[in-house]
Amino acid sequence: MAKRDDLGLREALSDRLLPMLVAAMSFLAALGLAGTLASASLAHAWQNEASATLTIQVPQPDDPGATGKTTRLAAVQAALAQMPGVENPRLMSQDEENKLLAPWLGEDATQLGLDLPSVISARWAGASSPDALGQSLGKVAPGTLVDAGAIWAARVAALTGSLQDCAAVVLLIVAAVAAAVVAVAARAGLAQRRDTITIVHGLGALDGDIAARFSSRATVLVAAGAAGGTIAALPVLAWLAALAAPFAGTGIQPGGGGLFNLPLPLWGTLPILPLAAAGIGWVTSQITVRRWLRGLP
Amino acid sequence: MVRFEDVWLKYSTRPGTPGHDVLRGISFEIPDGGFRWLTGPSGAGKTSLLKLIYLAEHPARGFIDILGTRAAHISRREAALLRRRIGVVYQDFRLLPQLSAYDNVALPMRLAHRGETQINADVTEILRWVGLEDRLNARPDELSGGAQQRIAIARAVVARPKLLVADEPTGNLDDEQAQRLMLLITALNRLGTTVIIATHNMALVERYPAPRLRIEAGRMVQNG
Ligand SMILES: Nc1ncnc2c1ncn2[C@@H]1O[C@H](COP(=O)(O)OP(=O)(O)OP(=O)(O)O)[C@@H](O)[C@H]1O
Ligand SMILES: [Mg+2]
Repeated sequence: MAKRDDLGLREALSDRLLPMLVAAMSFLAALGLAGTLASASLAHAWQNEASATLTIQVPQPDDPGATGKTTRLAAVQAALAQMPGVENPRLMSQDEENKLLAPWLGEDATQLGLDLPSVISARWAGASSPDALGQSLGKVAPGTLVDAGAIWAARVAALTGSLQDCAAVVLLIVAAVAAAVVAVAARAGLAQRRDTITIVHGLGALDGDIAARFSSRATVLVAAGAAGGTIAALPVLAWLAALAAPFAGTGIQPGGGGLFNLPLPLWGTLPILPLAAAGIGWVTSQITVRRWLRGLP
Repeated sequence: MVRFEDVWLKYSTRPGTPGHDVLRGISFEIPDGGFRWLTGPSGAGKTSLLKLIYLAEHPARGFIDILGTRAAHISRREAALLRRRIGVVYQDFRLLPQLSAYDNVALPMRLAHRGETQINADVTEILRWVGLEDRLNARPDELSGGAQQRIAIARAVVARPKLLVADEPTGNLDDEQAQRLMLLITALNRLGTTVIIATHNMALVERYPAPRLRIEAGRMVQNG
């Protein structure tokens, strides 16, 4: 049909309220989407690292060990070297320890004068759980802690799994609310244009013709609102990404990098938001308008 | 052709409440190219009968055939396409207030997907016929009642309908305008359009003799 306002239905939908509400929805959806992707990538990073990692903390490493011949650290290292299932035991340098603790204690944890334990990292290649390891090491140097990543891996998986479920639920709710908003706006537009629509219907306009006027307008307004909301969410997402960077092991400096902090998958998925919103706008307005038109003879 | 067989119409004001019968057992036939006056006192049911013809109401009972289509059993799409072949002058005009006189008259042609060149030619010509060629861009609320009525008439005939249904089309016109309108309608009628006009204007009826359908209190009391 002609592009001009030939049926007098151009201004049939509020061109301010609808995009603004949809923008707010999209803002939330962008956060939800980022949450889904972030928890997925954190889960991936952490699980890889954690599943096979043993972290052994030896407090007071320089004190004499249980046998008295060597330091506690040396005793533990010697014991580890003998144990089946333990591969590549390696004493962490001060630098590495700093990095590990940075998110919790700041850049120079080892300079704080805290009595920090020595940390040995190793890979666990044993078939069973490394529980017995802690007991045998405790005999050599009491107080030694064995942190078996496998347990953490399971917990992290459970946690990120439920985080992802939450984010998916948020997205669904946001989509449902957006559909409701479009339906309400379409109904308001129909009520406001009742006379015009009745006349045009009487002149022989097809339900599809009338629905198309509403839908094309709803789609444009909703897509614009969603694009606005998504763009408005970018700074917040960048800020969240910067906060999460040290934990995700992506090596990004907190506070630096701005939008470049956003992971690539997020850049790939964010443009889907306005498209999905446009789809919701089109389908919802079609259904709403066609249903309403059934009330006419 | 328009044919009614024992048609009854009820308006139910509220769902669930039984409405009263506005039309009771109406039967008549207008052959293709025929012309009928529809008369009767105010409230007799003239507008209601016309509404059944232009598919704005469904009968409670009876059989209605419009332009060879049985009105009861058509899809919404078929009904819309049938409406495009019927020109209607409503008693209350029903112009779109946000559109100019020109765009109001162009509406039926745009609905029928005619090209803008043809629309321009036909709309301009018909507006000249009703004497409004200098008010093309006026909105309905800037026009007098008579001018609005002439816009409504122009819109009803611009797409050369097979059937013209006019509800009190001279109510707001002076004698000379009414004559001019009748000239237009009789010309269309001679070209094959079936015409039915509801009116209280007995002088006009006398001047243009044609078979009359007269209803009183929802019943047909004269046919011919
Ligand atoms: N939508 C409606 N709902 C309920 N009752 C209606 C409705 N439209 C008309 N009526 C009633 O139906 C009866 C016939 O009305 P109608 O408008 O058909 O009369 P009319 O012959 O056209 O009158 P007039 O000459 O004044 O235009 C009247 O009693 C009227 O009150
Ligand atoms: Mg009437």
